[in-house]
Amino acid sequence: MGEAKRINTGTHFMMGNQACVEGVIAAGCGFAAGYPITPASEVFNSLCKQLPKAGGTLLQTEDEIAAVCAAIGASWTGLKSMTVTSGPGISLMQENIGLAVGTETPLVIVDVQRLGPSTGVPAVGMAGDMVQVARGSHGDYQIIAICPESPQEMFDMTVHAFNLAEEYRVPVFVMAEGFVGHMRERVVIPEESEIKLVNRRITQGGEPQTRCDFLDPEVAPMPIFGRGLKTHVTSSCHDEHGNRNLSDPDVMHRYIMKPIEKILNKRDRIVEVEADYEGAKLVLVSYGCVSRSSRQAAEMARAAGLKVGTLRLKTAWPFPDKEVRAAAESADFVLVLENNTGQMYPYIKAESAHACKVDFLGPQVLGQIHDPQYILAKIREILK
Amino acid sequence: MSEITHPLRKYMRPEVKKTTFCPGCGAGIITQALLRAIDELGINIDDCVFVSGIGCSAWIPSPLINADMLHTTHGRPIAYASGVKLGLPNKHVIVVSGDGDLSAIGGNHLIHAARRNINLTVILVNNGIYGMTGGQTAPTTPFGLTTITSPYGNAEHEFDISKLVTAAGASYVARWTTYHPRQMTKSIKKGIEKKGFAMIEAIAQCPVQYGRVSKQGSAVNMLKNYKQNGIRVEKAAKMDAAELKGKIVEGEFADFDKPELLAASAAALQARTGGNK
Repeated sequence: MGEAKRINTGTHFMMGNQACVEGVIAAGCGFAAGYPITPASEVFNSLCKQLPKAGGTLLQTEDEIAAVCAAIGASWTGLKSMTVTSGPGISLMQENIGLAVGTETPLVIVDVQRLGPSTGVPAVGMAGDMVQVARGSHGDYQIIAICPESPQEMFDMTVHAFNLAEEYRVPVFVMAEGFVGHMRERVVIPEESEIKLVNRRITQGGEPQTRCDFLDPEVAPMPIFGRGLKTHVTSSCHDEHGNRNLSDPDVMHRYIMKPIEKILNKRDRIVEVEADYEGAKLVLVSYGCVSRSSRQAAEMARAAGLKVGTLRLKTAWPFPDKEVRAAAESADFVLVLENNTGQMYPYIKAESAHACKVDFLGPQVLGQIHDPQYILAKIREILK
Repeated sequence: MSEITHPLRKYMRPEVKKTTFCPGCGAGIITQALLRAIDELGINIDDCVFVSGIGCSAWIPSPLINADMLHTTHGRPIAYASGVKLGLPNKHVIVVSGDGDLSAIGGNHLIHAARRNINLTVILVNNGIYGMTGGQTAPTTPFGLTTITSPYGNAEHEFDISKLVTAAGASYVARWTTYHPRQMTKSIKKGIEKKGFAMIEAIAQCPVQYGRVSKQGSAVNMLKNYKQNGIRVEKAAKMDAAELKGKIVEGEFADFDKPELLAASAAALQARTGGNK
């Protein structure tokens, strides 16, 4: 009898949230914690069945705060760890997301975003958490956030998120929306041998006071628990060895700056965009499932002889500043499309307004996907 | 001349030369009780992971104890420790934190960890007040006591944490004051060995904050109070509310065996899949 395959290789017709689950398994995740929340529930529901069979462990926690804490704790035992939630859960997790940043803990957070503020509308997708995942915990820091536009990318980007988290010892957010999470489409899961996986570097020995466990812009090896490394991890300000230090201004400066440099110095390796705006007068800038409408609107515009291009931000954070600037400097007009009231718009405008005109277009009705015809009408108005 | 070294110094980080605790604090007695329990059990300190939150007693293990240590956010150490335990099922995961941390901001994690009976050992240091932040009323502050945030007297009733955690389903619960360090050590040993959720509530003097507002004064007076008013749980069961006024009920509140989370999860998976993953 042949052994069951670890991953679900093949071509499937699959819901985005299920594709995410397949990505979690393919990435080699060892621990997941979660709390029920629409429109993300399917991810944790399926993980509860599939992850134990793949050798992983789960915990359904009493709230989202406990979920993110447990995932961070498990990550320190050497397991690839994750949690999954939606906007209200992210709001609850914020303080401990800061701990993951401050202690340089690899962690994946899948955020299937929904309409807010507050309880809002659970089942309606909206890109409501774009800024709170990057700026919502107190203090200054950098995380990584990537934006899938399809069920296929729910698989691909979930695997990629684990790789980024492991490589940079940082929380990585998969910024799905309810639409992408609940959308059913063709999903191709490759052979296991074709999926590139990254594993964190692990400290091999030595004493804490002579090791560098933290604050290395080149990413320190992780002194995981259970190996006699006598690691000291604290969410308080600390030095390279993990010693709590609440009095030395130089240590405080390094405590804030080094984890930021760790991400920003490597931003060229991290940031990904899809650029298709050569010769365009107007560039549509978008991310997530809005990019699908944006692309179609651009095709329709081009068919009508209008010089329209697209820039899709696959990475939202660290912010693709150079890539946005390059687009703006090549065009006369940047139109920003988001399924919200303009969360990324100020950041995009800051990199564009010196070079061209910039405007924002939300959907006709918030919480609905932009109709390509509606985008085309706006394009015609701008270029007339 | 030979140097005299404390027998428990071997469990402490060599670079830590000082304590952060105020003179007379109960944290030192609890530190000794904890390390002596580990020593007497013959456990390798490298087989322990310590987790703490925010507050004075969170600094009992951090950075003092020379082992893996996760010092977390306020109220959340049990949630973090749950992830550590699930990742390292064969290690002893020991949480040390205060009454404010574990029963106020973190109260939900405390009762749910007890309910799911995850194999953690929690040393809950109860000094009846917020010490680090300057003497504010805690959920454990007695009714009527005047504190900096109850200037007209505390109008709220205090938690009986050991009863709470017992009711939530913990496998082992005991309470001792710092006047009873040997009993406390014995209970910590039992807690570490218990396959399930164990909590030892350590009633500890905070002469600087609690001693001042309660007019009990010095650490010595507070320990005398523990001596005079400490009463065993078996004896307390036969006393009425009037007789129990001002008493500190000590002893074991729970000690029984029931399926522990990890063992129960593994058994369920095995039963459903027949071991064929």
